[in-house]
Amino acid sequence: MTGSRESHGVVEISFSVNGEAKTVRAHPMERLLDVLRQQLNLTGAKEGCGEGECGSCSVLMDGVLVNSCLVPVLQAAGSSVVTIEGLAAGETLHVLQEAFLECGGAQCGICTPGMILAACHLLEGNPEPTTEEIREGLSGNLCRCTGYSQIVEAVAEAARRRMAA
Amino acid sequence: MNSERIVGKSVPRKEGRDKVTGRSQYVDDMVLPNMLFGATVRSRIPRGRIKKITFGGGIAWDEFVIVSAKDIPGKNCIALIGEDQPCLADGVVNHPEEPVLLLAHPDRHVLPKAVEAVSIEYDALPAIFTIEESESRSEIVWGEDNVFKTYLIEKGDVDSVWDEADYIVEGEYATGAQEQLYIENNGMIAAFDAAEGITVWGSLQCPYYIHKALMALCSLPAEKVRVVQMETGGAFGGKEEYPSMIAGHAALLAMKCGKPVKIIYDRMEDMAATTKRHPSRTRLRTAVDKDGKILGGEIEFTIDGGAYLTLSPVVLSRGAIHAGGAYYWPSVRIRAKAVATNAPPHGAFRGFGAPQSLFAMERHMDRMAQAVGISPVEIRRRNFLQPGQATTTEQVVREPIDLGKLLDRALGASDYYGKRERFAKENQLGDFRKGMGIAAFLHGAGFTGSGERYLSSVVGVEGCADGSVLVLVSSTEFGQGTKTVLSQIAAEALGLPYENVSMAQPDTSDVPNSGPTVASRTVMVVGKLVLSAALGIRQTLMSSGLLREGYSTDEFRAACRSYVAAHGQFRSWSRYEAPSDIFWDDQKYRGEAYAAFAWAVYIAEITVDLTTYSVSVDDFVALQEVGKVLHPLLARGQVIGGVAQGIGFSLYEKVVWENGRMQNGQMTNYIMPTSSDLPAIRVLFEELGNVYGAYGAKGIGELPMDGPAPAILNAVVDALGVAFDSVPLLPEDIMDGLAGGVR
Repeated sequence: MTGSRESHGVVEISFSVNGEAKTVRAHPMERLLDVLRQQLNLTGAKEGCGEGECGSCSVLMDGVLVNSCLVPVLQAAGSSVVTIEGLAAGETLHVLQEAFLECGGAQCGICTPGMILAACHLLEGNPEPTTEEIREGLSGNLCRCTGYSQIVEAVAEAARRRMAA
Repeated sequence: MNSERIVGKSVPRKEGRDKVTGRSQYVDDMVLPNMLFGATVRSRIPRGRIKKITFGGGIAWDEFVIVSAKDIPGKNCIALIGEDQPCLADGVVNHPEEPVLLLAHPDRHVLPKAVEAVSIEYDALPAIFTIEESESRSEIVWGEDNVFKTYLIEKGDVDSVWDEADYIVEGEYATGAQEQLYIENNGMIAAFDAAEGITVWGSLQCPYYIHKALMALCSLPAEKVRVVQMETGGAFGGKEEYPSMIAGHAALLAMKCGKPVKIIYDRMEDMAATTKRHPSRTRLRTAVDKDGKILGGEIEFTIDGGAYLTLSPVVLSRGAIHAGGAYYWPSVRIRAKAVATNAPPHGAFRGFGAPQSLFAMERHMDRMAQAVGISPVEIRRRNFLQPGQATTTEQVVREPIDLGKLLDRALGASDYYGKRERFAKENQLGDFRKGMGIAAFLHGAGFTGSGERYLSSVVGVEGCADGSVLVLVSSTEFGQGTKTVLSQIAAEALGLPYENVSMAQPDTSDVPNSGPTVASRTVMVVGKLVLSAALGIRQTLMSSGLLREGYSTDEFRAACRSYVAAHGQFRSWSRYEAPSDIFWDDQKYRGEAYAAFAWAVYIAEITVDLTTYSVSVDDFVALQEVGKVLHPLLARGQVIGGVAQGIGFSLYEKVVWENGRMQNGQMTNYIMPTSSDLPAIRVLFEELGNVYGAYGAKGIGELPMDGPAPAILNAVVDALGVAFDSVPLLPEDIMDGLAGGVR
């Protein structure tokens, strides 16, 4: 990393965000989190620690859950990124968003976007997780408000609804 | 009128939809045109005189806005209880995170290097870092004696009890600092305009604390200071007082450069520089009769306040009043003291002194049980406060609380006896030891003593031009559900659907001062004011002939619209009045300390792994009486969240100090519980009600923080047969303890 902020270090990077093609001009080492928040105005991803520990900046990149504070934007080139803003279909909430609302999975809300995307990733790979699997699957996302129980219940409820649908 | 009850139902969280879709606007999501970014240059030594400040090479300093103490238009202090804490150090530093200079620049990425390029030369002065060093007065670092505040609570004749005692039991207990660790770091944006004055938007709990601090700091009249709360990503007390400092810093930069300035702390700065839970030491000496009844005793409760007064006297007060726990003391002497050290000031954190002194009390109950030779259940049962008896401050228990019944219910829910019997056998073999631990306790709701009288909170309810209802309070939402529950109360009072009520954004130019959002007071105290202000709206519409009993929602809306059309803005106000049967004597520290106590019995089941010395919490039963539960889902969420923080306080969260600085200010080395570390926490309620709270509610937010540490430590002691008397209890402490390092 050069650390240079000179414009000659800036490159064009294209990727898809929530299904829309985007091209940004950024330093290749700029964090994906900053590009999403500052250039694309997608502020749902939050910075909690800046070192990949808390998970509140989680987004899905080609279906993989990543901490966007640890992803240089160059690495996102050509990929398909999904953020919390891309989850609901218009005003119709995603089943996880609904379940978080109903089960008390969101309190202060700052970890919620990352937590919901982590849950989304979990259910993609394991549509009927046990409580232990949910607790294990979300253990990379920290929440200080809820003590996790109502988050775990929300994910289990969403899984039930998905299977019933 | 809508006959369906709204209170008691788990209606959808007001701001929930915005939170699950990522639309909620937190302070770092907000951008103003031409905004600069601010950063703080801090002291790097615990105590000394500043000799010289040098701006190092390699930085284009002319691009920076630089603010020092000399730029402060008003008083260089963060006005709170005292005025001892400077906003920016002026020649002297008293802790290693003391703000000295402020920098601002359009590019946030250049700030860290610039902060590092400022070098400060000092004449270092000797510094002190522990309660013991402070008490020894080898160095006086604050006032004349390093003592911020003392309290003495006396009841009966303690000196006479020692001769009658069958047992005299002594113990010393300690709790460490704890970081609130809200996931959203602290942040503020300030904008200045000569005509409008200063406006700040931020992550905060108490808009009017900041309003007061900015008036003094910027030398501006009330109407030229505006404080707006943004969505706030967790607080837990950690955004009660320090936001005034950050708001002050952003305001000074904005006033100097004329552009908006945003200051967002990164995790390490937030953890190191902002307030944490006060470290404490409690000594108990109790006289007990042969049946295990407490005859009397002495409690010495001491907290480390750090370098400045801040809120320490109030934390100390709550800790002292809770020090006797949920028990009847025929006589007691409680000496409480907050001392100064050269650490960053410690401050508010959920529980506010009570988790510290109750930890000691509840560990001491088990120690007394052991001395007398009865069970932890019996010692508690024989000493529980009963209706008609008086607390340590002579507050008579007037509600029909039956703590014995609470205890029985919790014991049943946890299968306490069955499990203890099983563990007694299983613990003979293998590499695991299991144990059960109890904590029984109380938590006072609202400000202590005369606090609510002094606050004299005001609440407004508005009947709007479109017929809807708006609640105007400075009480803030930071996850607990303020917006939801206060809306429920207003809707219930007016007989309207919940959806008809909305909450004004806490903005000091628009909402009255309903007091700080602290002390488990929002639902009980502010909620009661919302109820009466809402009734005022109804009454006005009725007496003006626009509305009749049995009205429908549409009729209410129409009446409201007509009223506004005829008279203009339609607001009803309600101001706190102390109940006539509540009295507190500030001099003697005696009387009704709180309008209501919540009561609880928590039971922890744990396993100690003898290979790794780690402790896992396998089951946790949290039973409490919190008056009427107005929103079951939120109430349960408050309890589980509080218990989780309590488990962190007990077993994980250790602040590592070196010369007054936190050394582990990262989430990688300051460890809070993850989803896989915690059991399913089982929450049970008893509902007695409360005449002083809206619809019978008491406070709930802080209570769950009090019980886990003693319940868990008591369980570890039960499992291992070795006494542990301080938290956090880490595997290395258990290893040392089992090797004979603990008495």
